[in-house]
Amino acid sequence: MLQHDYTTSQLDVLEAEAIHIMREVAAEFERPCLLFSGGKDSIVMLRVAEKAFWPAPIPFPLMHVDTGHNFPEVIDYRDRRSAELGARLVVASVQDSIDAGRVVEETGRRASRNRLQTTTLLDAIEEHEFDAVFGGARRDEEKARAKERVFSFRDDFGQWDPKNQRPELWNLYNAKIRKGEHIRVFPLSNWTELDVWDYIRREGIEIPSIYFAHTRSVFERDGMLLPDADVVQRGDDEPLFESLVRYRTVGDMTCTGAVSSSAATVDEIIAEIAATRITERGATRADDRASEAAMEDRKKEGYF
Amino acid sequence: MDILRFATAGSVDDGKSTLIGRLLFDSKAIFEDQLEAVERTSRDRGTEYTDLSLLTDGLRAEREQGITIDVAYRYFATPKRKFIIADTPGHIQYTRNMVTGASTADLAIILIDARKGVLEQSRRHAFLTTLLRVPHLVLAVNKMDLVDYSEERFEEIREEFTQFASKLNASDLTFIPISALHGDNVVSRSESMPWYQGPSLLHHLEHVHIASDRNLVDVRFPVQYVIRPHKTEFHDYRGYAGQVAGGVLKPGDDVMHLPSGLTTKIASIDTFDGPVTEAFPPMSVTLRLEDDIDISRGDMICRPNNQPQVAQEVDAMICWMADTVKLSPRAKLTIKHTTRTARALVKDLHYRLDVNTLHRDETATSLSLNEIGRVSLRITQPLFVDDYARNRQTGGFILIDEATNGTVGAGMIL
Repeated sequence: MLQHDYTTSQLDVLEAEAIHIMREVAAEFERPCLLFSGGKDSIVMLRVAEKAFWPAPIPFPLMHVDTGHNFPEVIDYRDRRSAELGARLVVASVQDSIDAGRVVEETGRRASRNRLQTTTLLDAIEEHEFDAVFGGARRDEEKARAKERVFSFRDDFGQWDPKNQRPELWNLYNAKIRKGEHIRVFPLSNWTELDVWDYIRREGIEIPSIYFAHTRSVFERDGMLLPDADVVQRGDDEPLFESLVRYRTVGDMTCTGAVSSSAATVDEIIAEIAATRITERGATRADDRASEAAMEDRKKEGYF
Repeated sequence: MDILRFATAGSVDDGKSTLIGRLLFDSKAIFEDQLEAVERTSRDRGTEYTDLSLLTDGLRAEREQGITIDVAYRYFATPKRKFIIADTPGHIQYTRNMVTGASTADLAIILIDARKGVLEQSRRHAFLTTLLRVPHLVLAVNKMDLVDYSEERFEEIREEFTQFASKLNASDLTFIPISALHGDNVVSRSESMPWYQGPSLLHHLEHVHIASDRNLVDVRFPVQYVIRPHKTEFHDYRGYAGQVAGGVLKPGDDVMHLPSGLTTKIASIDTFDGPVTEAFPPMSVTLRLEDDIDISRGDMICRPNNQPQVAQEVDAMICWMADTVKLSPRAKLTIKHTTRTARALVKDLHYRLDVNTLHRDETATSLSLNEIGRVSLRITQPLFVDDYARNRQTGGFILIDEATNGTVGAGMIL
């Protein structure tokens, strides 16, 4: 006889699905890795990985594509968290790619290493022979991502072909690839920004301090608040001012804007996000503003 | 709060994008910057109204050609539930996308234009929905404003569709007269149709009972991954990780391992957050057993008195999804069923089904892209299967082309 109606809460369903995806990858691939940037999505993904294999350690390394333009608080968090888990952290450096002549640094006020990361990422995947790469991307983030599979096939150039994706039915994922190809795996595909924050609250996971409101020296460009930092080129017509801000997404200092906020706790962040009328990428990411298909074009080249 | 996954079928002309746009907008899941981008593009193209399909058509090719190519997933939540929409294109050439979207759906909404009534494509959508055993079906009769909110017209459509659906085994069928454009009966009850006494569409989505759609009777635990920590603290730990595909498991329960047929008891059900007293779908857990049995990925744990079929020959309905290759007898494919992967030989194609008329063509010699037929497969290793009608997890499988590695077919075991 059924004692209760066996209802499962939304976070439990999403977590169970993500755990299933991670175990599937660990079982079917030779050399997976998990992209860990210290951003909130990858933090949640890492917690799910911890749960999926417990009491065994996470059976794959973590990788971070370090542009050299990251927030120091986030790099700090990245190193601390990997050490805590005893995980191996592979750092692929964009600076190394520049030094080796693989990519050329952009110049000018809007110079960003965002696009250069793709080459560094693909080189690292090739060098380490990774055949599955976990990413924290969510379908609610962006409309090209809304159409991407959980197991997203990449050819030997690392390219995504949106018109030729493998159908994905039930919870059955096709893990077949040839040598040189790989699969990008998105266990958080069905999570929304709010789900991620609800999960951080429920699990009591520590997150980098820049997600919380703090006073920072910033300037305004295209309606975004960019930080005062060595790597960010600021014009004379872009005066600095002090402001109470927090970061809603974490990317490069050169292209990630802060939002005005006084949210000092996870509860306050959740209340703020529940009320906001602007998407996280719309509010904070210069890289997505380039054009209607900015994300799709970068993804086709092999971007995250 | 739980999750309802639903699929929507219909073409742009039926007002599907408008309906989704309205659900997202009224639940505040569309943001100002998204709406601005859509308004800007609509203006640039000289469209008179804001084209909400631009929200869902995410790829460049889709926007350029004004068509929806692929399944798009959308998310919104109300205080009652979180919703995941699989928005699938309605044209016949996209049957594969509709099948994909329906495979995980708890509910499907089929849109019908009140002026046009039940069309060939409505019948096709209803057929695919029932083939994939989507437990709840909603017929949203749209554009009621264009038929003067006529009760008579609505009843005509309801009758015609009910008659057709009786041939299909459609389970829970709900009819709702709406106007997506004006919002009638979408979020709140319409004042223009006082004759309609049922719930609004959103109210129905929020309240439809889905907890009992899962199979909580037949214990099925496909072993996905064996956890052996190799740590001093957990020296002898050996756990079998997986997602429960059916039934309720409890510590102390007698269980049987397949293929060996050996029986043992569940010692504990482990999770990172501590042991649990029961596990049921869709939980991902780790089982420890009282006896040492040789168990690996692809095996099944069930109850001694309730076992799946152990089958090396299966009959199934197949939806073929490959552009270039056809499915014909003698074809060899890779089959993935629960956590087990094997090779399959197509022994026989019994018939091809016309998805519009349900006519069975027994002279068919192959299945092309988007065609559906009944086949017999012989498999290199035994699979642990149930009828798809009884359990979608242990009754469904995919077929993979061994040359291209593409997913070329979806199968439902009969």
